[in-house]
This record gives sequence, structure tokens and C-alpha cells, in this order.
Amino acid sequence: MARITLDHIRHAYGPNPVSDSDYALREVHHEWKDGGAYALLGPSGCGKTTLLNIISGLLQPSHGRILFDGRDVTDLSTQARNIAQVFQFPVIYDTMTVYDNLAFPLRNRGVDEADVDRRVRDMLQIIDLADWAKRKARGLTADQKQKISLGRGLVRNDVNAILFDEPLTVIDPHMKWVLRSQLKRLHKQFGFTMVYVTHDQTEALTFADKVVVMYEGQIVQIGTPAELFETPRHTFVGYFIGSPGMNVIPARLDGSSVTLGSQRLDLASAPTAAEGDRIELGIRPEFIRLGREGMPVTIRRIEDIGRRKIVRADFEGQPIAIVADEDAEIPAEAHVRFEPQGINIYANSWRIGGEA
Amino acid sequence: MEKTYNNKAWFFVLPVLVLVLFSAAIPLMTVVNYSVQDTFGNNEFFWAGTDWFDEILNSARFWEALQRNLLFSFIILALEIPLGIFIALNMPKKGIGVPVCLVLMALPLLIPWNVVGTIWQVFGRVDIGLLGRTLAVLGIDYNYVRNPLDAWITVIVMDVWHWTSLVVLLCYAGLVSIPDAYYQAAKIDGASRWSVFRYIQLPKMKRVLLIAVLLRFMDSFMIYTEPFVVTGGGPGNSTTFLSIDLVKMAVGQFDLGPAAAMSIVYFLIILLLSWIFYTVMTSSDAES
Repeated sequence: MARITLDHIRHAYGPNPVSDSDYALREVHHEWKDGGAYALLGPSGCGKTTLLNIISGLLQPSHGRILFDGRDVTDLSTQARNIAQVFQFPVIYDTMTVYDNLAFPLRNRGVDEADVDRRVRDMLQIIDLADWAKRKARGLTADQKQKISLGRGLVRNDVNAILFDEPLTVIDPHMKWVLRSQLKRLHKQFGFTMVYVTHDQTEALTFADKVVVMYEGQIVQIGTPAELFETPRHTFVGYFIGSPGMNVIPARLDGSSVTLGSQRLDLASAPTAAEGDRIELGIRPEFIRLGREGMPVTIRRIEDIGRRKIVRADFEGQPIAIVADEDAEIPAEAHVRFEPQGINIYANSWRIGGEA
Repeated sequence: MEKTYNNKAWFFVLPVLVLVLFSAAIPLMTVVNYSVQDTFGNNEFFWAGTDWFDEILNSARFWEALQRNLLFSFIILALEIPLGIFIALNMPKKGIGVPVCLVLMALPLLIPWNVVGTIWQVFGRVDIGLLGRTLAVLGIDYNYVRNPLDAWITVIVMDVWHWTSLVVLLCYAGLVSIPDAYYQAAKIDGASRWSVFRYIQLPKMKRVLLIAVLLRFMDSFMIYTEPFVVTGGGPGNSTTFLSIDLVKMAVGQFDLGPAAAMSIVYFLIILLLSWIFYTVMTSSDAES
């Protein structure tokens, strides 16, 4: 198990990167602590798999170093880094039995057979495949195969980290929950450092202690699920996390007050923004209260999603979403109030202040 | 869902059935017809029963030719399959090299059999051939017209040159279908080059290899044109394979009865051996 340090890592697939857009991964500089569960969350093409492959050593970064427990491993091969990786599609050795699949990484490393047997048997118990040990791996279901992939990583009990590259993509929805909770249990039991790539926010939020949100090749925020929800550092985090995402409304900043169209809101403190910055106010639909008083809105549509309603409305010419309780009354002359703790102010998409 | 039964569907397969009837079933039946009768021309036929089969199966000539065939096919498979796999493994997976290699590989396959035969016939000639002359100058005694071993080597090298590409292309198709994740996982698991081949590449190539082995076996077992052009079955009978013998018998000696009986035996042998290959190579699939 190891602490992972990403030291000014940049990566470009092309040979001569010049501008930022040539980089699949722009400057990543972070330290991930030993035994942590990190989820890399972001849309397709945001660089999360690139980052994962750099950590695993399948890819050499164009710039920067990567350290495990302070030891530079940038030039080490995947094998020498001693990490495990679980891929999007289950990778198993078809012609081998389940037992031999799990024994494979140990035998390759010259572990003696008695030790191999003990560890493989333990692992078969842990991943609930003890009854399948003698079966050929080929005939198994996708989730069982994925468990074997995981088991092959865990069976080497000294791995520095286990990396997951969207491992639940091909798993049936009802098995996803089962696998995810098993994975969480294993993480608690073994305490391995875990990096989990996904584009599914539910998966990321339920899974990880820290969620790393990536966007256009950079990490825009690392935080707990609550932090990401309450104080998104970037408007992208605001609308990528949460359903529906954060409302982002163009605004004008004037000391400690913001102007939204014809409406004016007073803030507790005055955020500092440079001249000419594009100022926006972000507020999550959960922090908007519908009522008879406040700022006027025009309601366009109401979506009933069961326990809650999503109200689509126009506010000062901007479409916004509002979350209301199932039995909340929607007045004809609707007005809204913004709850102060839900207000975030952004300059050029980056958070400069708010009430919370 | 309710299934509808409609006998009109038979009309859709009718063209194929008619085609197969004319191209395969009827010719085969005429061969069967010849094999149990004796004829002296003039459309006179006499019932011969199993006489021709007895004659063929008791003739040393047939068994010797069959042995030559089996040995030839065995050598061909033993050379072309490993060589084909080896070349496929070393072909580039991306870049400009891919089309170049594919075209180079496909070239021999595009050349007609008798042309291949002629090329090698000239190539190997001691008086004017590049190969024959070069070897003679180097002091190596090579003469496919006189020496049975040299004739065999020539025919085998010619077949390897002509058909290894087929194995290469089939294996290559199998190899490129393996997702990168397998290689990455193998790296992470610390697998050796041999393990990667044994546990990832070979299993993934298995299906195409089965096809390659079957095709190469059947083709090599039917070998006719190339040895006919190069050696004409000689020297002596040393490269007289079943097919060459068959043609000699049917066209040269006009022994239609024995030739037909031999054709049927020949056909059954190929059928039997192909079935054995197929069963053996697919048996491991069945167990899981």
C-alpha cells in the first residue's frame, strides 16, 4: 500500500505539444494518501484514463514524476511498480481454471507453490468463487469474471495500489450494487489505496472518500461528496454532479451585492474579481425555494420524479431548475428565494466566493 | 411469439439445392456409378460390384501413394502452421507497415497453382534456373529431376512459399482482435512473453487456427498441380501422390472403374481425417 504523489504531471499523445489543448492531461499535481479511496470522475475524453494509465505505468507521462511512498517510479515498468488494475472489460485467461487464473500472477513472480495455494484459497473465499475453483474461467458470467480480475490483483497482498478503469460498465445493474458493496468491504478489510475511474457520479460518490473531478485534462476539484455538492469549485463540477445540475446564472458583481437581470441580491462578504471577468452565480436546484414571495419566475414545466418534483422555470430570461417536495404547492404567481448557504459566485467559471 | 409454419419457405432454398445437386450430388453419383461397373466404351456397362474397390485397396500402388500423401500433409502442417504463427506474431500491428505486409503476404495467394509450379520448375533447373544454378556453382548436388529427396524438398518449399501466407493472414486476423487490455493485464500480472503467447494469443487464435489447419490439410492432401508441373510425379514414383496417380489411371490408362473407386476412397479418407481434426480441435470447447 502506498501514498501516491503526482508531481507536476503533464501528458500529450502528440509528439510536439505547444498549447494547452495539445495536452490530454494538463498539469496534475497532487498527493493521494495511503489507503485512500479515490474516484476519478469526468466525462469521456477528460483525461481520466490517461491519468490512470500513467499511474499504472502503461503510459509514460510527457512531463513530471510519479512517486509511490516518496520513491520515484516514473521510469519503472508496470510490473515493477507492483500495482493491480481492473479493466472495463473483464480480462481473464480463458483456458485456465478459476484457480489457475488467481495463481497466475503469483506463479509468474516465483512464489512457492504452497504459498500460492494458501493465498489462492483465501482469495477464492473472499470473492465468493470457492465453488468454482476447478471450473474453466471461460464459462463464467461477466460479474464473476470481473471478480477474478479483481482477485488477481488482490492475491498479491503487497500491491501498492489497485486501479479500476470503469470496472462495472459491463455488469448488470442489480449486480453492480452487490459488487460495489463487496468492493467497499474489501477496501475496508485490506486498506489498499484505490483509484477508481468512472463517469457515473452515483458510483463515484457512493464509492470514494475523495472524488477527483476532471474536466478537459485537468483536475478541477478534489473533495468529499458533500464538498462537491455544496461548494463546487468550478461550474463544471456544479452541473456534472447532482441531478439536475447546478443552475448557473450570468451576474454582475458590485462589491458585496450581485445583480441578476433586474434582481439584486446582497451577499455577506464581498468576493474579489478582476475587471472584465465573466461573473456567474451558481445555485443548486435544491437550494431554491418556491413561494409567493421573492423574485418572480415563470414556470414552464413540472416533472414529477416520485418523491420530488423538478420545476423548470424562467428566471430573468434564464432557464433554471428548482427541486420541490412532492406535495409542495406551486403558486400561480410563482416567486423564488435563494437560500444563502447555496449561493456560489464564479469568475470565469472558477469559484471566488459564496455564502457557505 | 407465435411461430408461423409456411412450406413456401422451401422455395427460397430451392435454387441452392438445385445448384448443389448439379455441382456436387450428380457428379458424385456418376462417380459412384462408374465405381461399381466395368466399361469398354460404346456406352456398354457391366456390373462389377465391389471388384474395383477390392483391386484398389489391395494394390501396393495405392497404399504407397497414400503414405506419400500423409507424409506430405504432415510435413506441410508441421512447417506452415508454426511458421505462419511466427510471422503473424511479428507483423506490425499499426502504421504503414500493416498494409505493406498484408499485400506482400497476399501476393503468393494470388498466383495460380500451375504458374507457381512453372516458376519453381524453372527456378530449380540446374542448367538455367537461378536456384539450381546457384546451388550447382556452390558445389551442392541438387537435381529435382534425378534425386527423389531433392524433388520432395522442392515440392515442399514451393508449397510453403505458396501457402504459409494463408496461415499468416488467418492468424493475424485472430491476433488483431485481441483487446489491448489483455496485454496490459498480462504485463501487470508479470507474465512472460511465452505466457502471453500461451494463455492469451494462442487461445484467441484457436478458432482461426482450426480453419487454417483444416484448409491446409485438405489442400495439401489434394496436392496435384504443382508436383505435376514440376516433377510429373517423379523421379520414379517418388512424388506420385494420390491425385496424380488418379489422373494417370483415369485419363492416361482410361481405367474408369478403378479410378472412380479410388476417387471415392480418397474422398472418404479426406472426410474422415477432416472430421478427426475438427473433433480433436473443438473438443476442449465442449467440456466447459
